[in-house]
Amino acid sequence: MKRSRWLLPLRYAVLVYLGLLVLLPVGTVFFRAFQHGLGTAWNAFTAPDALHALWLTLIVAAVAVPLNTAFGVGVSLILARHRFPGAWLLDALVDIPLAISPVVIGLGLILVYGKTGWFGNWLAGEGITVIFSVPGIVIASAAVSLPYVVREVLPVLQEIGTEQEQAARTLGARPLTVFRRITLPNIRRGLAYGVTLTTARVLGEFGAVAIVSGAIAGKTQTLTLFISNAFDNLEPESGYVGAVALCIAALLVLAALTLSDRNRDAWHGKVSA
Amino acid sequence: MSSVSPSVADLGLPGGEPSSAQHGGQGSGRRWGRRHPPSARPPALTAAGAVATKAAGPALAVTYLSLLVLLPLAALISNAFSGGWSVFWNAITAPQAVAALELTLAASAIVAVINSIAGMVIAWVLVRDDFRGKALVSAVIDLPFALPTVVAGLTLLALYGVDSPFHVNLAGTRLGIGAALLFVTLPFCVRSVQPVLAELDTEIEEAAASLGANQRQVLWRVVLPSIVPAVLAGAGLAFARAVGEFGSVVLISNNIPFKTLVASSYIYGLTQSDNLPQASAVSITLVAIALIILIAIGWVRRRFDIPETI
Repeated sequence: MKRSRWLLPLRYAVLVYLGLLVLLPVGTVFFRAFQHGLGTAWNAFTAPDALHALWLTLIVAAVAVPLNTAFGVGVSLILARHRFPGAWLLDALVDIPLAISPVVIGLGLILVYGKTGWFGNWLAGEGITVIFSVPGIVIASAAVSLPYVVREVLPVLQEIGTEQEQAARTLGARPLTVFRRITLPNIRRGLAYGVTLTTARVLGEFGAVAIVSGAIAGKTQTLTLFISNAFDNLEPESGYVGAVALCIAALLVLAALTLSDRNRDAWHGKVSA
Repeated sequence: MSSVSPSVADLGLPGGEPSSAQHGGQGSGRRWGRRHPPSARPPALTAAGAVATKAAGPALAVTYLSLLVLLPLAALISNAFSGGWSVFWNAITAPQAVAALELTLAASAIVAVINSIAGMVIAWVLVRDDFRGKALVSAVIDLPFALPTVVAGLTLLALYGVDSPFHVNLAGTRLGIGAALLFVTLPFCVRSVQPVLAELDTEIEEAAASLGANQRQVLWRVVLPSIVPAVLAGAGLAFARAVGEFGSVVLISNNIPFKTLVASSYIYGLTQSDNLPQASAVSITLVAIALIILIAIGWVRRRFDIPETI
C-alpha cells in the first residue's frame, strides 16, 4: 500500500505547526531571559522575592502532592475493587477540577474559607487564616491537581484485575501486604505518571492560586504569580527568568513522562506477549 | 467476638449477618473449611475491621473531595442565587458578561475544531510515520501540558508580542487568545486520537485496499469512522479546557472589555473588585457549560466503547 505520497507533506506540516505553536515560543523565552547576559539573569533569579517565590512553590508542592497521591491511590482502589451505589458519581466528581476553570475553583474556595465564607467565622475563631495565606494556596493547588493520580492509576488497576491479589489473599497475605507486594508494583508506573502530572500542575498553577493568595510579594507569591507580577510591573526580565525556571521544571517533568511512557509501552508489550 | 459481630450487622452492610452466623459455629470444625489459614486475631474482628476500613476509605475520600471541590461548588451556587433569580439573571446578562461568554465560547469552539484536525494529522504522523526525532516531536506535544499556563502565555508573548522578532504583534487581539488556546489544548486533541489510531489494525485497511478501495475510500470508510469518537472526545476536552482557560490567555489578551476579555478573566476581575455574587453567577454559568460537555464526552465514550468489549 502506498503511503509515502501523503505522509511526507503531512510530516512537514506537523513539524511546522508544532514549531510555530510550541517550540519557537519556548525557545524565545530562553533567549529573552539570557539576552542581557548570564549575570543579569542570575541577579534576577536570586532577588529575595524571586527566591521566596521559588521556596513557597516548593513547600506547597511538598504538601499538596503527597495528599493528592494518597487520595488518588485510595479512590482508585475503591473504584476499581468495590461495587457500591454511587460509584459512578464519585468517578465523575473526581474529574470536576479538569472541567472547571481554576479561577472558578479559587472563587469557590474564597466562598468557603474566606472571611465572609461558610467556615469564615469558625476559622477566625480558631485563629486560622486560609485565604490570602499559605494554607489557601495549598488547598487551591491540591484542588486543581486532584484528578491526575486517579486518572492514571484507575485504568491500570482495572486492567490488571484482581487475580494476583486474590491469589495472595488466599495464600494468607494481609491486605497491607497484598497492597505493598502485589498492587503497588503493578501500578508503579501509572502512579509515577500521575504523581509527575500532579507535581507539574501544582508547580505551575496560576488561576486558582492568583485568586486565593492575594499575591503579596515575599509572602504569598508563588513562582507563577511572581512571573505575572513582574510582567505587570514592566520588569519582564525577571518574569522571563522565572519562566525559564518553570520551563526547566516542565522539561524535567516531560523527560520523566517520556521515560515512563517508554517503560509503560515495554511493560504492555510484555503483558501481551 | 460477640461484641464485635453486632456492630458489623449494625452497619447494615451486606455480609454482616451471615458472617456472625458463620463464626457462631467457630470451633466446630467449620473453620477448617476456611480457605486461608486462621490468623492470630479472631476472625470476626478481622471481618469487622475490613468492613470498617471499607466504609472508612470512601468516607475519607468523599470528605477530602468535599473540602476541596464539592463545598466550594455548593458555595458558588448558593452565593450566585443568594440575591434571587433576578440578580443571577442580571449578572449573567450584563453586557460585559454576555460579551465575555460569547467570546469564550466562540474562541473555544474554533480552537477545538482547528486542533481536532491538527491533532488527527499529528496523531496519524506519530503512529504511521517513522523518522529521526519522532520521539522528540512526541515529547513536544506534551510540552503545553507540562508547561505552566502563565509560562505558556509568556512564551507566546515573547514570540508574538510587542517586540516580536517576526513583527507579528498579537497582544491585545483575539488572534492572540486563539494562539494561547491552541497552545494549551493541543495535547488533548493528539493524545485522545493517538492510542485509537495505534490500535487500529492496518490489516483491515489492507483488506479494504485489496478489495479495491482506493486510498480516499480507505480513509473515509475505514479509518475515519473508527477514530471519530476519539476525535470528538478530544475536541470536547479541548473545548472544556479552553472555556475555563485563564493563565495563558490573561497575559496576551490585555483583558479589554468587549474585545479580548474572556469569561475567566472577567470572573477574576469581579473577584478582585469584591463583587462575589456576580462573579459566582458567571462562574456557575461556566461550570454548567463545562459539565454539559463532560457529560457529553462520557456519553460518547460509553456509547462507542461498549460495542468493542462485547
